[in-house]
Amino acid sequence: MTDVGTRPAPDAAALVRRPARVRLLWLLAVVLALAAIMLASVAFGSRTVPWGDVWAALGGADDSLEQAAVTKRIPRTGLAVVVGAALGLAGGVMQGVTRNPLADPGILGVNMGASLAVVTAVAYFGLTSPTGYVWVALAGAAASAAFVYTIGSLGRGGATPLKLALAGAATSAAFASLVSAVVLPRNDIAGSFRLWQIGGVGGASFERVGQVLPFLAVGFAVSLLSARALNSLALGDELAAGLGERVAVARATAAVGAIVLCGASTAVAGPIAFVGLVVPHACRLLVGVDHRWLLPFCALGGAALLTAADVVGRVVARPAEVDVGIVTALVGAPFFIHIVRRQKVRAL
Amino acid sequence: MSAPAVAEPSPAPTSVPSPVLTTVIRGRARRATRRRLVVLTLALLVAAAFAATLVFGQTYYPPGDVLRVVLGEQVPGASFTVGRLRLPRAVLAVVAGLSFGMAGVTFQTMLRNPLASPDIIGISSGASAAAAIAIVTLSLDETRVSVLAITAGLGVALLVYTLAFRDGVASTRLILIGIGIAAMLDSVTAYVLSGAAEWDLQEATRWLTGSLNGVAWDQTVPALVALVVLAPVLLSRARDLSAMQLGDDTAAALGVRVERTRVTLIVAAVGLIAFATAAAGPIAFVAFLSGPIAARLVGPGTSLLVPAGLVGALLVLAADFVGQFAFDTRYPVGVVTGVLGAPYLVYLIIRTHRSGASI
Repeated sequence: MTDVGTRPAPDAAALVRRPARVRLLWLLAVVLALAAIMLASVAFGSRTVPWGDVWAALGGADDSLEQAAVTKRIPRTGLAVVVGAALGLAGGVMQGVTRNPLADPGILGVNMGASLAVVTAVAYFGLTSPTGYVWVALAGAAASAAFVYTIGSLGRGGATPLKLALAGAATSAAFASLVSAVVLPRNDIAGSFRLWQIGGVGGASFERVGQVLPFLAVGFAVSLLSARALNSLALGDELAAGLGERVAVARATAAVGAIVLCGASTAVAGPIAFVGLVVPHACRLLVGVDHRWLLPFCALGGAALLTAADVVGRVVARPAEVDVGIVTALVGAPFFIHIVRRQKVRAL
Repeated sequence: MSAPAVAEPSPAPTSVPSPVLTTVIRGRARRATRRRLVVLTLALLVAAAFAATLVFGQTYYPPGDVLRVVLGEQVPGASFTVGRLRLPRAVLAVVAGLSFGMAGVTFQTMLRNPLASPDIIGISSGASAAAAIAIVTLSLDETRVSVLAITAGLGVALLVYTLAFRDGVASTRLILIGIGIAAMLDSVTAYVLSGAAEWDLQEATRWLTGSLNGVAWDQTVPALVALVVLAPVLLSRARDLSAMQLGDDTAAALGVRVERTRVTLIVAAVGLIAFATAAAGPIAFVAFLSGPIAARLVGPGTSLLVPAGLVGALLVLAADFVGQFAFDTRYPVGVVTGVLGAPYLVYLIIRTHRSGASI
């Protein structure tokens, strides 16, 4: 990671290996941006709060209505940050594992599968404990990931990007209509229709964030530790095996990490799509394709994107709120279309 | 596939029909008989389901009373329940089902892919988003709602086609781009609904999955008029549509003016979708399901427009009936068709993938 001059071979080498100085600068920039967005998330909302009150509330004051509003925004910001980080990181890992630029927890149907599992368990099996939500969501995410990957790799050519995306999008659409069938007649299901169909971070509390935090921690650890293995997998299975990588084990471990992240974040925030698609692509432009750098950037970038989307959703439709899942779809779908268009026809 | 070419000059050499020719002619006759039989059965089933929707419900009205109401007489009780509540609902169910079924099979045939139905590639979502904006945000009247819906539907069709076009249109690319557009448009719909005073579940389900709850004549009539005007347009092009299934070049060789026919078909089909969606919402998967079901029933080699329309009407009538009365809670029709369509969608993906890369 020494500062090799990029001048001799500017295009190819620069993409793969950025100088450490550039990466550190970008790291600083992303962290600062995230901090600014978090501050904005606390400061802006349906109620306009003067900065004095914001600072006071951040210091723990809870005297006026304004300060109380700010106090309620703090856990919400925390939830957006952890869920965004989880989804961004999961997207990065999935794109690495499947070597597919279209991979995203939402597009591949994993989040909708987790959502369907939770609402089914709540509606028909009397699930009430929040930790139970997470376990069921994990099971749903794992089952739908396996299902989509199996369907997507049927037939000639294996799991090509477009086939996998088509299988995922179709499964997602199918699950979405099953979710509405389960939830619509049951107004008592927590969060109800919007949360389980669209996804959002409203109504967060530190308690809820705390319940998923252990799961997310495991997911973060497993995903980040698989970075080196993902680098080998990126060379192709044969070459990776030649380098001494146990390909199947590496792939399965990384996938488990991503699935844990997807399931846990869906259990608290519903099925949010497109974050995991956009963030890794953007981060690759900043720091190159080395997963040891890429994955942490994906987490930071995902946190920044989701929190920013939440702020936008709170501000544009005042006094109503636009769920963060709506905002991410509006931002992410054009990007999805752009990548689909770039795919070569022979990949069909 | 060469059946028409062989059978066309049949009147001349009637004296000594070759064995091949007789086989072809017999095959055609058998298929025509089967088709007639299927269409007749479907029509009877639609009529029966329509009648059942009028007669049965929370309260039962004897068929005699219902018939008198339909003929315009005043029957205490029944006049309101049947004439004002059940009749517009049943008529819209038939109209929407016919519209979705015919438009869906038009797209599926034209793009030669069952996944390319308007409810998957975003056209229904576009019409739905426009209708939701027009009704919830702008409070427009029925005519303007329909105009906006059809404009949006055509716009989406053009957009998806343009974006998918790169050295020709590959259907997988078109479908995925359509799915992306649909995701955005559904978000717009959800945004419009969340901007409304409160999240009204009734409105939300209507624009997200389709529902016939609370339908009155105001909504039914425009969709009915659109069907009466546009269905004949589609039917008059049925032969050209079948020819286009063989590929644009073959169709042109058979005398079809491909570009003109395509524009006519798209405009008519999008019109049907838009008017039906403005009235009942994008009833999930009806456009997608009707064509393949009709193809199974009728068999190959004939136009699917009429059978698919009838299958659509039957699906909507039956799903609405089931949704209203089969469970403790009342489900909107789109939820029932959605549950039916979901497994089929997955099955279709599995089958196309397994059979090779011809998605």
